[in-house]
Amino acid sequence: MANLTTESRPVRYALTGVALVFLFLFLLLPLIGVFWEALHKGWQLYLTALVEPEALSAIKLTLISAAIAVPLNLVFGVAAAWAIARFDFRGKSLLTTLIDLPFAVSPVVAGLMFILLFGANTVVGGWLQDHGLQVIFAVPGIVLATVFVTFPFVARELIPLMQSQGADEEQAAIVLGASGWQTFRKVTLPNIKWGLLYGVILTNARAMGEFGAVSVVSGHIRGETNTIPLHVEILYNEYNFVGAFACASLLALLALVTLLVKSLVEWRLHRQQQASTLRTAEARLQAQAAQP
Amino acid sequence: MSIEIRNIRKQFGQFTALDNVSLDVASGELLALLGPSGCGKTTLLRIIAGLEKPDAGQVLFGGADATHTHVAERQVGFVFQHYALFRHMTVFDNVAFGLSVKPRRERPSQEEIRERVMKLLKMVQLDWLADAYPGQLSGGQRQRIALARSLAVEPKVLLLDEPFGALDAKVRKDLRRWLRDLHNDMHITSVFVTHDQEEALEVSDRVVVMDHGHIEQVGRPDDIYEHPATPFVTQFLGDVNLFHGRVDAGQLTIGSYEQALGQHQDADGDAAVAYVRPHDLDLTLQADGALAQGRVEHIHAVGPVVRVELRQADGQTIEAAVSKERFRGLGIVPGDTVYVTPRKLAVFLKDAPGQQDYVI
Amino acid sequence: MSNILNLRHSVLPGFRLSFGITLFWLALIVLLPFAALVYSTVGMGWDGFAAAVGSPRVMASIRLSFATAGLSALINLVFGFLVAWVLVRYPFPGKRLVDALVDLPFALPTAVAGIALTTLYAPNGWIGQFLSPLGIKVAFTPLGIIVALTFIGLPFVVRTVQPVLEDLEKELEEAATCLGASRWDIFRRVIFPATLPSLITGGTMAFARATGEYGSVIFIAGNIPMVSEIAPLIIVSKLDQFDQQGATAVALVMLGISFVFLLVINLIQWWAARRHGAR
Repeated sequence: MANLTTESRPVRYALTGVALVFLFLFLLLPLIGVFWEALHKGWQLYLTALVEPEALSAIKLTLISAAIAVPLNLVFGVAAAWAIARFDFRGKSLLTTLIDLPFAVSPVVAGLMFILLFGANTVVGGWLQDHGLQVIFAVPGIVLATVFVTFPFVARELIPLMQSQGADEEQAAIVLGASGWQTFRKVTLPNIKWGLLYGVILTNARAMGEFGAVSVVSGHIRGETNTIPLHVEILYNEYNFVGAFACASLLALLALVTLLVKSLVEWRLHRQQQASTLRTAEARLQAQAAQP
Repeated sequence: MSIEIRNIRKQFGQFTALDNVSLDVASGELLALLGPSGCGKTTLLRIIAGLEKPDAGQVLFGGADATHTHVAERQVGFVFQHYALFRHMTVFDNVAFGLSVKPRRERPSQEEIRERVMKLLKMVQLDWLADAYPGQLSGGQRQRIALARSLAVEPKVLLLDEPFGALDAKVRKDLRRWLRDLHNDMHITSVFVTHDQEEALEVSDRVVVMDHGHIEQVGRPDDIYEHPATPFVTQFLGDVNLFHGRVDAGQLTIGSYEQALGQHQDADGDAAVAYVRPHDLDLTLQADGALAQGRVEHIHAVGPVVRVELRQADGQTIEAAVSKERFRGLGIVPGDTVYVTPRKLAVFLKDAPGQQDYVI
Repeated sequence: MSNILNLRHSVLPGFRLSFGITLFWLALIVLLPFAALVYSTVGMGWDGFAAAVGSPRVMASIRLSFATAGLSALINLVFGFLVAWVLVRYPFPGKRLVDALVDLPFALPTAVAGIALTTLYAPNGWIGQFLSPLGIKVAFTPLGIIVALTFIGLPFVVRTVQPVLEDLEKELEEAATCLGASRWDIFRRVIFPATLPSLITGGTMAFARATGEYGSVIFIAGNIPMVSEIAPLIIVSKLDQFDQQGATAVALVMLGISFVFLLVINLIQWWAARRHGAR
């Protein structure tokens, strides 16, 4: 039977075709290109490019800065979501807007702000340098820039989730005598774990892949303050394409894993919903059968 | 345990949720807080539970001031409107929660917890669902689990927010009776909130009718129904016909209808409204001593009672409910003109609403 | 504290702790750097500011940044809507995969996207080799910038429009069909107005992101002064020459223009939502 509320078959096929061609050209082809460029001269060259000392040090620095930035923003995100989604107070929407601010700022401008704050010729930066801590053109600056650009992810994921779930379950736990910590651990955390995972995954992907902000504060000191994306840039500008794309392929893999986990999380949430409606119907039938 | 509420005030921004409310709940009583949405009933319940803080006033449990006692220490059981079951825990774990979060030295042993939980689940007749998750249960089952969960910590007071609000009509009726029986067995002081007057009148020992943050009337269900204290209570408790007239020294006049009241003796030609329930109106074919007359518009003859809709000359509708026998005896059809006489009416003076009433 | 904040009583604990952590981290990571930006602006003076921003090269870069961001946002409005529409309405094999792929620009580091797109669109690249005989040069021209910004902005439009399309009531269309409307009428007068606010939102986000984008653009742009040099790159090169003041001035102009744009678009959206909601 012809469906009244859809288009004719040729129109459908044409629109689907155009959309898929667009996605293929703009999304899939670049992704394939990365792996092709990295591997088309053979595995040998690919692996050599990855184990070279400068590449290894870039990988190490990327892992370190993500390992610092992600947990910090995780704690912040959960705290912000708890304060914003569970309490009513004046200035709440201002606070929410401020949390989103890093998304609205160009990564380059973000880097610039840290240079203006911690650069060697500033008050704060100069004082810190006198006390033996260099921030800009060093690892602390890279970590700070990374924390800045990934700042809102976890909070943004959790706030709407916790708001939609409401505080009833937590209030019930408190009435039943649970302490605040027990309530958080036994009631809140199990309810937000998938959203939390999703937020962490996004934070991690951005933390490892950030280019603009980190580029500005890093100083590009080879083997010292280069992260993988910065290393990719250097190799690419030296026309070492295999090396550049080999490192890029690591980041592309990370992106694919991120997308995979995201799909899994979404699929799981979707399935939970479906299953619960299904089982509700089943349980109703059982209940009717059980009654004499 | 008895509950005393003294001069409670609660303000949300500009909105006054509770305005100087005082109320006593006797030990072992089942009390209904009844009123339209926004009347403050849920706020009052949450203040009793300790989920909200009053701006002024006191809450006393068993004579002791509990106003500043934390909700966890008040020993109340609270059943949330949407149950608030922990969705990631089984039914068993939900009911066991209150026991399992007790400090180690007060916490019963695992076997003891298991025993108590299963006993409660048997009591709510859902022991066969112990391993199910809340998402798998029907609304009525969730409601009973929520109740079992709140009873597991042996509360001194049970508070229920719209306990039947989210259920369909048949389940509602069953659960009402079940809650009544349960209360008879346990005799725990219970307060529940509802906007459904039928529910409040049927289940509770006493009803508190609220409106706009005030208590309009407190009393036994039959008392409230028979002797509503204010026009609001009269209208809220069921269908009612309005007749506008005057009262002069205890004499009610509505058009040509006259009636001596036992009250309003000092009224001096004051405007008044008489409220008559449909089943307190009799239909006759004689104009003598009739309160009003109208043309029959509709006749709903399904069920034991026949509802007749009359239209008065001024366009106002009157609804009367008479027995089938009476209806057959009258032999009326749509288009006929009939007269109504009241068996009982509640009269309120317009300038002093809610202060005096008279019922014959 | 709770008095200033007008905190509403709640039985849940932990407000002080969670609010404290939030405020501390916000102040350290976001507010302090912003304060530094404001502080150095105040110290700059008008002459320094005008000298830094007024040069033709800087002006050209700012114009280029906003023009390419606007054009790519327009492209994404059209194709983003189409992709969302196809994903919601039409069945086709591999749909779940395609749906997941839409988020690739969120997940793929910008530098990787930059070098990949450059390689594709270079005259000898997979796509470039077909375009260069036609006389179309993409890589190392403003066109390349638009390609990169389109890549970056696509998911913003798709992901804001998609849920709105999903929630659109089928009854609405059925009612319109019963009233004798053609598919095109229904699209134009029922579906499109309902999705318009989300389109504006998505387009705005894509635009905002594109104006500040750096990583994916610098590889493909060629960075020829006055032709294909974007404003963020100007900031970076000023910083490389230790001209912090100049960099700050350009950053301020960019922030200012973005802010005005966002304000205007928000006003349009507010107006559209109100008009739509009032019906």
